[in-house]
Amino acid sequence: MRIGYFPGCSLLGSSREFDESVRALAGAIGLELVTVPDWNCCGASSAHVLDHKLSLALPARILAQAEAAGLDEVLAPCAACFNRLSSARAELDADPALRTEIAGILELPYQGRVRVVNVLEVLDRCQAELQARMVAPFQRKVACYYGCLLVRPPRVVAFDRPEDPQSMDRLLALAGAQPLDWNHKTECCGAAFSVTRTDLVARMSGRIVAGAAKAGAEAIVVACPMCHSNLDLRRSASNALTGADHQLPVLFITQALGLAMGLDPAALGLQRHLVPAGPVLSGAPALAPQPAARTRP
Amino acid sequence: MSRIGVFICHCGENIGGTVDCARVAEATRAVPGVVHSVDYKYMCSDPGQSMIKAAIAEHRLTGVVVAACSPRMHEPTFRNAVAEAGLNPYLCEMANLREHCSWVHEKGEPTTAKAIDLVRVMVEKVKRNQPLQPIQVPVTKRALVLGGGIAGIQAALDIANAGHPVVLVEKSPSIGGHMSQLSETFPTLDCSQCILTPRMVEAARHPNITLMTYAELESLSGFIGNFQATIRRKARQVDEKLCTGCGLCTTKCPNKKIPDAFNEGLSTRGAIYVPFPQAVPNKPVIDKLNCTFYKTGKCKLCEKLCPTGAIRFDQQDELVTLDVGAIVLATGFKLMGTDQFPEYGYGQYKDVIDGMQFERLASASGPTAGAMKRPSDGKPPETVVFVSCSGSRDRSKGVPYCSKICCMYTAKHAMLYKHKQHGGKAYVFYMDIRSCGKDYDEFVRRAIEEDDVAYIRGRVSRIYEEDGQLVVMGADTLQGGRPMVIKADMVVLATAVQSQEGSEALAQKLHVSYDPYHFFAEAHPKLKPVETNTAGIYLAGTCQAPRDIPETVAQASGAAAKVAALFAKSELTREPQVAVVNRQPPPVFSRCVGCFLCQSACAYQAIEQEQIKARDGSVIKTVARVNPGLCQGCGTCVATCRTKAIDIQGFSNEQIFAEIMSL
Repeated sequence: MRIGYFPGCSLLGSSREFDESVRALAGAIGLELVTVPDWNCCGASSAHVLDHKLSLALPARILAQAEAAGLDEVLAPCAACFNRLSSARAELDADPALRTEIAGILELPYQGRVRVVNVLEVLDRCQAELQARMVAPFQRKVACYYGCLLVRPPRVVAFDRPEDPQSMDRLLALAGAQPLDWNHKTECCGAAFSVTRTDLVARMSGRIVAGAAKAGAEAIVVACPMCHSNLDLRRSASNALTGADHQLPVLFITQALGLAMGLDPAALGLQRHLVPAGPVLSGAPALAPQPAARTRP
Repeated sequence: MSRIGVFICHCGENIGGTVDCARVAEATRAVPGVVHSVDYKYMCSDPGQSMIKAAIAEHRLTGVVVAACSPRMHEPTFRNAVAEAGLNPYLCEMANLREHCSWVHEKGEPTTAKAIDLVRVMVEKVKRNQPLQPIQVPVTKRALVLGGGIAGIQAALDIANAGHPVVLVEKSPSIGGHMSQLSETFPTLDCSQCILTPRMVEAARHPNITLMTYAELESLSGFIGNFQATIRRKARQVDEKLCTGCGLCTTKCPNKKIPDAFNEGLSTRGAIYVPFPQAVPNKPVIDKLNCTFYKTGKCKLCEKLCPTGAIRFDQQDELVTLDVGAIVLATGFKLMGTDQFPEYGYGQYKDVIDGMQFERLASASGPTAGAMKRPSDGKPPETVVFVSCSGSRDRSKGVPYCSKICCMYTAKHAMLYKHKQHGGKAYVFYMDIRSCGKDYDEFVRRAIEEDDVAYIRGRVSRIYEEDGQLVVMGADTLQGGRPMVIKADMVVLATAVQSQEGSEALAQKLHVSYDPYHFFAEAHPKLKPVETNTAGIYLAGTCQAPRDIPETVAQASGAAAKVAALFAKSELTREPQVAVVNRQPPPVFSRCVGCFLCQSACAYQAIEQEQIKARDGSVIKTVARVNPGLCQGCGTCVATCRTKAIDIQGFSNEQIFAEIMSL
């Protein structure tokens, strides 16, 4: 299988381990990642507050490049990139005049043919391939943290249940983990305020970490670089604020699955976290046999 | 040769101020076939009408064109006048010079020219008009009411009191509906059962009302005044005639763990049960899905105990066919379940309940006998949060419409809670307070001001359980979106009112329109609120849209008045502007080739198949026939017919073409 790949800036910088683990996993299951040629910034949290058309043109250029490269789908592992690309595509789909105008700005043909997918969607599709490679069940109690950008707004991203998403839980159950029912699956982590209002982010992400710890989690699993950074990078700040000493590691879903597939922790970038992932790498008490995934209406 | 009279009305200044009416009259005189043309200030007035009648006699007119206002307004007036003069009323037509000309154009030459054209067009039509006779349809003076809630009970009582027999069909074992589950009612806080149960008994005892509980409509055929309804009477496994309602069987049934639907799952019942003590009829029914005998083939304890031998394990469903003249739909609503809200715990927290469950907790006849005890552990809740608009006015996850009753019942709930739990704290999260209605806003103010209920304008984003307490997270939008976190013992979600289970299937069975949410559609949102687009079928209560008790009762009485009006005559007179299929002498018999495209196009099921037979009984041809009782004269079949074999009487293709050709 072949799929377009848009790493975005986070995966080249603060979240290199996400890029590394996506690539490692893709290699292991035979998924060919074709990087979008000459890709640019998706606009992230800045473009749409500065200029509406800029916020459309930036993602549209990425999609136009993917279209030109003959790709049908682009995987955007970063949740913010996924959200920006999906939102721009939805808006341009709904307004042909705007689509023409943006194509004019880009001086590139843009048809809106390329679908944007996130990492959970792709992994969900590859369940059989993943299952076949599971060699070392990741027998941990995990709190799956989805954040906001993967599932919202539901009309645009049309992915999973916005208030109680299940896709990551399903994948981790497949890897032998025990996904917990906990209260903060989609609570806000503070997002980009990490830089300007670190105090707020410490409080908000601290609440999430505390919730996961209270539920008995051994690790928090995420699929968003921003969430990861707020729960991992801001841990000392949140611990200082709450007076707690939570040492709960935060893993990307691709890292957790990679471990279950017996991939090299270093190849998955597990050494890069600020909260050491050591405790979940080895010597863990064995869990009961794999529990059934939670089923709800 | 036609002798047409034309009467131009000034309508005071309405037409005369813009159109040169004298010129119109003069120009019309030159149209071939017109023998008389005059203008007058008010043609609808008594002198105006007399002028028309006199002209008919004097000029031996064969047709009349009144050029005045919209036919919606005065067509019956002028047709009556024409009939009084001895002419067939359908030989009189109106040209609309007011809405179609003077009101929408400036004064001037082109406006008068258009008026002349409008009159000429109508003259060409009237020349080709045929005398028509109103259609007489017999009426079966018996009504069928579907649904035994307050809407159905009210409609049945009103029709019965007007002297007509009514069959009241209710799908559950007792009449009473949702209203019988309520504790107190807004805005007066009078007990729901106290005002409803006498009505239930009255309905059951009324000599004109036949009650069929535990029964559902199986199928319906026919048309206004002449419906045939087949009702499935589900087997109760209890002989209603022998049963005295002593209740011995219900107390001794060994099966005790079945969630009680009447108490919204907050208590349990046996497999043989009466839904509630005040049920009408007060006769038990066996729940076959849960009865030990039906599951294992053993038990029959109730049969052994019954002092009158009324238990019938071999009883089968029974189909009853009834002739009825009118139908009132009063099938009610259902509430969206708490399990539809992932952000509020997906229905897994026992103390997050819906409005109807709160009614049962607050009701004297409920599982707690009216004491405030939360479902999880029976403790009196010290803090209760009420969340209005749970699913209502929520385009992304619920329904876009307002459920209408929640603002009021939430205020009532908060008030009842405060009356029962004096030291308790009650919070209400709301978007807007919609309390339009007599004494309604005063009621809400009373909750806020006298009973100290804390109203917070904002939505609840999440509810979760932590350390045995519910944590309600929301925002106060009147304080700049200040985040609110309230630790609560119980949360009541005012979940959206939805159409009753199976509404879509029922609507299709009855050929009644419904909206995207499967509420039945009224024929006109303002002027025909209780009629459906199928003649003879009327609406009452929440099967049409969310509404409260006073409105439901008013609408039910409205529907009953429509039925009583229909039943006031033994024959139904309908306008003859209906479709007719062409008939010709042999050997053609009819231009219809029997393709029956018209049948599939007809929205009213008015087209039947008719066999034209030879004297020996052999079928020569199968052609379409229009049932004039059902046809609404919409003309869809005319447009569909490939051989132009169908015409609307009074609106034939020939007439329309003649109108166009005259321009």
